[in-house]
Amino acid sequence: MLELRGVSKRFGGVVATDDVTLDVVRGEVHALIGPNGAGKTTLIGQISGVLPTDMGRIVFNGADVTRLTTHARVRAGLARSYQVTSIFRRFSVLDNLALAVQARSGSSFSLWHPLHTEHALFHEAAAIAADIGLAGKMNTVAATLAHGEQRALEVGLALATRPQLVLLDEPMAGMGPQESARMIALIEKMRAQVTVLLVEHDMDAVFRLADRISVLVNGRLIATGAPQAIRADPAVRKAYLGEELAA
Amino acid sequence: MKRALLVFLVLAIFPLAMQAIDAMFYVSLASRILIYAIAATSLNLVLGYGGLVSFGHAAFFGAGAFVVGILAVEGVPSAWIAWPAAVAVAALAALVIGAMSLRTRGVYFIMITLAFAQMIYYIFVSLKTYGGDDGLSMPGRSTVGLGVNLRNDLVWYYVVLALLAAVLYGMHRLVHSRFGRVIDAIRENEARAEAIGFPVYRYKLLCFVISGAVAGLAGALIANQGSYVSPSLLHWIQSGTLMIMVILGGVGTLWGGLIGATVLLALEHLIADYRIGWIASLAPNYQDHAGLAVGIVLLTIVMLAPQGLAGLFARPKEK
Repeated sequence: MLELRGVSKRFGGVVATDDVTLDVVRGEVHALIGPNGAGKTTLIGQISGVLPTDMGRIVFNGADVTRLTTHARVRAGLARSYQVTSIFRRFSVLDNLALAVQARSGSSFSLWHPLHTEHALFHEAAAIAADIGLAGKMNTVAATLAHGEQRALEVGLALATRPQLVLLDEPMAGMGPQESARMIALIEKMRAQVTVLLVEHDMDAVFRLADRISVLVNGRLIATGAPQAIRADPAVRKAYLGEELAA
Repeated sequence: MKRALLVFLVLAIFPLAMQAIDAMFYVSLASRILIYAIAATSLNLVLGYGGLVSFGHAAFFGAGAFVVGILAVEGVPSAWIAWPAAVAVAALAALVIGAMSLRTRGVYFIMITLAFAQMIYYIFVSLKTYGGDDGLSMPGRSTVGLGVNLRNDLVWYYVVLALLAAVLYGMHRLVHSRFGRVIDAIRENEARAEAIGFPVYRYKLLCFVISGAVAGLAGALIANQGSYVSPSLLHWIQSGTLMIMVILGGVGTLWGGLIGATVLLALEHLIADYRIGWIASLAPNYQDHAGLAVGIVLLTIVMLAPQGLAGLFARPKEK
């Protein structure tokens, strides 16, 4: 579904991603792990189109999207969430989600017709709010939500675009154990409908959710495989996992 | 809605009251204020709703005025031709300037819009055929036929008022439409708006063009107001004045442009025309420095009402 072929990105003299070749298969949860500064977020940025790619090709559903804009990739079914929460803070939860629904349903170059009469948008947004566990907070202004709820909304915004592949950049960042458990349940639920590329530091979550794991170290992909194989891979243990897995 | 009707009722009765007390000068002042209200409202669309600090709005305002002025001098006084032409030229200018400047952000956007507007200003100042420095005098106001004579100040006032009402209603519809929601979202979080699938640049450009077109309409009216087009309409000080009106009235509010234009222009008029005894005893020539006095009053208002004057009337937001 997603094919990266020799994808690279440098910032000045610093190589952020280096010749990454990776396949994400339809229907899987594919985790991307690696130490801080390994280039995971850069790679997500390149796949989503926020960062231009210096070298290599990004192919999505058989079409080369390397030079497409971010919004065009979203239209093609490739959405992302952010590591640092990026929501519409002054909008209510419902308005946040309705906006994302609006982005893919019909033209928004409509200047005259009142938005609030478009019940379909808000019905669908309400259904998504229920999916992400925010049914009771639909009219709450996003800025006033608890951290875990904002993270859920962050993921909800990506889901509301109805992607085929969703890139989740550390969805559990800054979460306590309870909130993490809820996020894991959410990802478990969404995997039936959507392919997931998951960047995450929480190894419990990664090994519970992932069908396959890729390991990025210093911008280079050093291994891809099933969780058990990754756990056993000596290069991975040496470079990254260390005692955390030995235990 | 009730409030809007009340405002327009007062505005509709005002000239009749002035006529009754034989103070037609105020009708002329009021139509000038309403024209500036249209211009400030157009700026408020990009500045307040779009979050785009355009410091070159005088370009569209002045362009609209010059189109009407030049057509009048060239023997095309019909409003049916000249006004749409003014709107179209201003929209086209906004399309060209916006297409380039919207690729920049923040301070760079402010500077590049300012630079474009100043370029247009110098072009018109050096255009001697059409008045150059001295400006362009028109033979008279535009003609509309249908037995309507715009040279009558009362008729003129109502035409301007009707156009202001149309602009405000259009803006109200726009702000509450799908498009308005996207503009709101872009101001709130541009990167995320792009990341949920909106081609952000196109939305900003359309917003800029609509705003420029409305400013062009205001320009067409201001040319008619005194049957005279001054290049100072294009000067950056004019852009600044419109910006002051918006900030004073309320950034991102429907009524901000009207309130700001009314307060600023009425204040300038009051300070210049009415000598206040106790101030004059302290500073006998204070009226020669009306700008300073206006500045002090504005500073006070902005300090006391940081949301703009419209914020003072705002109902608590229903949530």
